[in-house]
Amino acid sequence: MEFQFDNERPIYIQLVQQLRIAVVSGDFAPGSRLPSVRELALTAKVNPNTMQKALTELEGEGLVFTERTNGKFVTTDEGLLLRAKRALAQGYADRFLGEMAQIGYDRAGALSYLQDDLT
Amino acid sequence: MALLTINHLSKSFGEEAALTDVNLTIEPGRIIGLLGKNGAGKTTLLKLICDLLTPTDGEVLFEGAPIGVESKKEIAFLPERTYLDKSMTIQQTLRMFQDFYDNFDVNKAKKLLADLDLPEDRQISKLSKGMQEKLQLVLVMARKAKLYILDEPLGGVDPATRDYILDTILRSFDDGASLLISTHLIADIERILDDVIFLDRGKVLLTAQADDLRNETGLSVDDNFRRMFKC
Repeated sequence: MEFQFDNERPIYIQLVQQLRIAVVSGDFAPGSRLPSVRELALTAKVNPNTMQKALTELEGEGLVFTERTNGKFVTTDEGLLLRAKRALAQGYADRFLGEMAQIGYDRAGALSYLQDDLT
Repeated sequence: MALLTINHLSKSFGEEAALTDVNLTIEPGRIIGLLGKNGAGKTTLLKLICDLLTPTDGEVLFEGAPIGVESKKEIAFLPERTYLDKSMTIQQTLRMFQDFYDNFDVNKAKKLLADLDLPEDRQISKLSKGMQEKLQLVLVMARKAKLYILDEPLGGVDPATRDYILDTILRSFDDGASLLISTHLIADIERILDDVIFLDRGKVLLTAQADDLRNETGLSVDDNFRRMFKC
């Protein structure tokens, strides 16, 4: 998987977001074992401390769990994955509606644009 | 216990003050950027930590004890200028490092060098400048030390070499060890830093966690630096 960062926002927050997307999208499949912190840090070209902190955050959300000697795994809890996906979708939709509002589409107008006018 | 403690450290060369009342603590397991313009005192500070200069005032403690013979075993230093004997081959150099340092892991060095595709019987003088810099970095990072000090490891290298250097740094960053990296090329390196120290005219102006600084200002470490020093 590819990671992309900008330097203006905390790397840790961007990392949490991108890992969350990887889990929700199935890039990291449910129940699969994650690469080690070290390998993930190398892939993302970030500090292993930052990667560790981001994974701890995902563990707090329940998306990832640690099996004591085996490493970290992606949850198999479908309800949880669906909720996480919806939370991301909500964020994207809010942003879309916000930007449409800026150029004069109200909510109904934005929806009808998506349904009827989108080319 | 802190890995390194610097108390009221000052250094003058004749009349000229290179460092003034520097106080710092470095914890284990961190990557720290020592950031400052040319002439800010970065190299002087690093050399004091490595016991290569004598302080005018103040002290440097490594794991609570004054620096000296013991700390030199645990601190691996990459100076800005090359110090290798260029008439030697890579193999001879590896052997010399093995003889010289108890904690030099020759297998780790060979592993890191493997990506470079360098024949070990090659003379150092026959290597390009970039290759020589990579070799020196590998020699330093292959020591099993508690503190690695890299003075301007990215100075004057091309982007591909820079990527190799950052990769090598991350690859060799061991649990518990810390890395102190001086540079004025902040944008290239800020992503791997836990903490930053801004040094200007011999004084510490700011110490912070890199992500905290981004969070508080909405700016990159590089932009914070430029804003503070208007360069």
